[in-house]
Amino acid sequence: MTRVAAQPPADGIGANGVTRRAFIRTTAAAGGGLMLGVSTAWGDRGGVGPALATASPVVPETSFSPNVFVHLHTSGEVEIVVARSEMGQGVRTALSAVIADEMEADWSRVRVVQAPGDPAFGDQNTGGSQSIRNHFQRLREAGAVARRMLEQAAADEWSVPVKECVGHNHEVRHEPTGRTLGYGDLAEAAGNLAVPEDVALKTPNEFRYIGRSLDGVDNLAITTGAAVYGADVRLPGMVYAAVARCPVVGGSARSYRAEEALAVPGVIQVVELPAGPTPPGFAALGGVAVVAENTWAAFEGRDALSVDWDYGPNATHDSASYREALQEAVRAAGRDARSEGDVDAAVADAALTHSAEYYMPYLSHASMEPPACVASVTAEGCEIWAPVQDPQLARELAAKMLGRPEESVELHVTFLGGAFGRKSKPDFVLEAVSISRQLERPVNLTWTREDDLRHDFYHPLSVQRIEAALDGSGRTTGWLHRTAFPSISATFEADIDRPTDGELSLGCTTVPFDVPNLRCEACPAPAHTRIGWLRSVSNIHHSFAIGAFADELAALTGRDPKDYLLELIGPGRVIDIWEGAENAYGVDKSALPYDTGRLRGVVEVAAREAGWGRSLPAGRGLGIAAHYCFVTYVGTVAEVSVTDGALRIHRIDTAVDCGLVVNPDRVRAQLEGAVVFGLSLALNGDITMKDGRVEQRNFHDYPILRIDALPEIHVHIVESDELPTGVGEPGVPPVAPAVANAVFAATGQRIRDLPIDLTAT
Amino acid sequence: MAKVTVTINGERRDVEAPPEMPILWVLRDVLGLTGAKFGCGMALCGSCTVLLDGEAIRACIKPISSAAGKSIVTIEGLSDDGSHPLQVAWRELNVPQCGYCMPGQIMNAAALLARNPSPTDAEIDETQRANLCRCGTYPRIREAIKMAADRVTVGSGGGS
Repeated sequence: MTRVAAQPPADGIGANGVTRRAFIRTTAAAGGGLMLGVSTAWGDRGGVGPALATASPVVPETSFSPNVFVHLHTSGEVEIVVARSEMGQGVRTALSAVIADEMEADWSRVRVVQAPGDPAFGDQNTGGSQSIRNHFQRLREAGAVARRMLEQAAADEWSVPVKECVGHNHEVRHEPTGRTLGYGDLAEAAGNLAVPEDVALKTPNEFRYIGRSLDGVDNLAITTGAAVYGADVRLPGMVYAAVARCPVVGGSARSYRAEEALAVPGVIQVVELPAGPTPPGFAALGGVAVVAENTWAAFEGRDALSVDWDYGPNATHDSASYREALQEAVRAAGRDARSEGDVDAAVADAALTHSAEYYMPYLSHASMEPPACVASVTAEGCEIWAPVQDPQLARELAAKMLGRPEESVELHVTFLGGAFGRKSKPDFVLEAVSISRQLERPVNLTWTREDDLRHDFYHPLSVQRIEAALDGSGRTTGWLHRTAFPSISATFEADIDRPTDGELSLGCTTVPFDVPNLRCEACPAPAHTRIGWLRSVSNIHHSFAIGAFADELAALTGRDPKDYLLELIGPGRVIDIWEGAENAYGVDKSALPYDTGRLRGVVEVAAREAGWGRSLPAGRGLGIAAHYCFVTYVGTVAEVSVTDGALRIHRIDTAVDCGLVVNPDRVRAQLEGAVVFGLSLALNGDITMKDGRVEQRNFHDYPILRIDALPEIHVHIVESDELPTGVGEPGVPPVAPAVANAVFAATGQRIRDLPIDLTAT
Repeated sequence: MAKVTVTINGERRDVEAPPEMPILWVLRDVLGLTGAKFGCGMALCGSCTVLLDGEAIRACIKPISSAAGKSIVTIEGLSDDGSHPLQVAWRELNVPQCGYCMPGQIMNAAALLARNPSPTDAEIDETQRANLCRCGTYPRIREAIKMAADRVTVGSGGGS
């Protein structure tokens, strides 16, 4: 693989780095022992700190906000408090393993504790595939500090130089004499020491857990049914609730009749929830809640309720006509988000031009666990149990709604039964809190699947148009990409009428192609529903259009799609479209540049492993696509067949370059999952709206992939000693274009609309 | 409200509930057994799967009256300590991601192995297509069922 200008970071892996005392502190430990608080990158909520600082961050003593605690008990047990939410990405296992590795702790004596929502832990917002990226180096340093303090405590005990003492697998050994002391025996003394100034980190060949496929720490709880999710909390006196919400965002209840609901056996009470604001933001939508002795009675009561809705200004929203409006929008100039060279001149001078339009519908997250929350509001306080990605946000907004100080609200983070971005919005938490406040009882709120699909923060419907200019040799000399979709920001700010530059930098303005004349434009698309983040966000539709269009250009010029893709990407180089020191993902550009050499690498690996170029029977084809997002590179090859109009996905090869890998098996699992997620949206995902309301109800009309449609999935991890980056999201975007391109290879039919419908003309 | 006598995880229980109340909600909200999950309420996703007299059922639609005099096994009762071959295989292959659908997946597979100790890929797919996983753990579900099947078959004397 070619690498150009990707310099290894100054304190990269393998360097014997110097720890930064500013973010590691000893803390008073309940029950004694050694307790370290670690302020990792992004420690201050809202701040976008250097992910892997090359200079020592200055953290004043008073603002120290540890977001991971390591507590070595005198029993030898190590508790690691993880402040990121677990939604299947394996973060509790991975972050703990990084600390335990440098600490030389025995993994079997490590226990992972979930942090409550509290600013004391720094930014807990779990999203953006950033947990490993932003915590890796400092957690290593924290582990190394703990180990060094234990070595010092042993040295003091033996009255020998510390350099003769080596922490190894939960004990410190005095090398010259072979004496040992267990970590538990040293915990108390180590806890009284000052945090050392200079601590060496391991070299990669010394890693004990990093790079090894440790089993998930929660496997036993999950496979025995003991894992607690949002609706699994049981409290004395708890009641169960369901909420009727206006089917149209921005609507409200004019009046309602509770009699029929109250007549349902088990129904206790009906309460009104005030209408939410405009724009909707993170707030509860409002509506009417039915409270009952069990969830089923609450559902039945809710169905029996009659509500007279004022549907509000979005009641005419129709996704079919909205699509037409966006098609009009991308046929006119939009707001420039990136412009290089002179695209108009390139088009005018072109030997050949080509344009195409791409469409994707609204998508819903449809995590298997619908939104659910238990809340208990009393005169004194408020306690919440919720599957939330951003626990501090939920806590803050709950406190605000209650008009009470945040300190009076306690938020426990349960397991998240899937999230994919949905559970970064705490609207459902606010509903539960509001109901509990009115009833003065603990409330267990469960959304039905219908509630989930109909009141989501949707991945936006999008229309894109790409136009290319080609010279006589078939080289692409001009690239004009217009993208139109309602912005996530419109959910929070009324005057946002098109995608933001931030959203365009998720795949559109970050197009990796080496084209001299290039322009990206954001076109108008006012929002009529709640728009939100969905696993990979705007990268999904941008990758689809760019990946499919690249394939069209290859066909137009009679070139092999993989070769043409590599030609478009051009030689390995660093792409830098961001002002300032950080890229769109808040990452220090010098530490982790956007390196097209790495993108070429995943294209080559995926193609090679998939047997690119092999001959296939008629009706079968291979398609390829690649995408950079969240600082990770993924290339994907799909093998499909079309028989009698039926599309079958046979095999997916997906190659990932995410730098050094902390847990290879979990990286593979995330990529496998991303392929399935990508196939669901390529083949099935389609939320439509009519009269402002969602037409789908449940998994029969919003299908997701089932096991019998599963292709062979082969994940290929590119070996790398670059700093590690995340894998939760980056595997999704290349799947749909790879499949669409494979359909073309198999049939000659172009796929420009998702989900794929081979009967469409 | 009616009294229904049903054996749950080996224990005889007299349950007070409306006869049409789905088994899922009796388990979760009346008896406090929260291992079986709610996912769709229409028997479309399988998250609520439990065994009723050994057969996998979707507890979200099946009324408690249909369980009268019968035996229900939930994930909590599949083994005392997570030692059922499926649970072990699930952990060895790191099948779970978020884990929410896993109790249903495992219970559905348990019914399959009970009637077919060495299922083919096609038979696994045919059975497990009743259970959705949004995290996309399907490749590992297939492998884990095969791993458990091999062990069950060996353990019972070669496929008896």
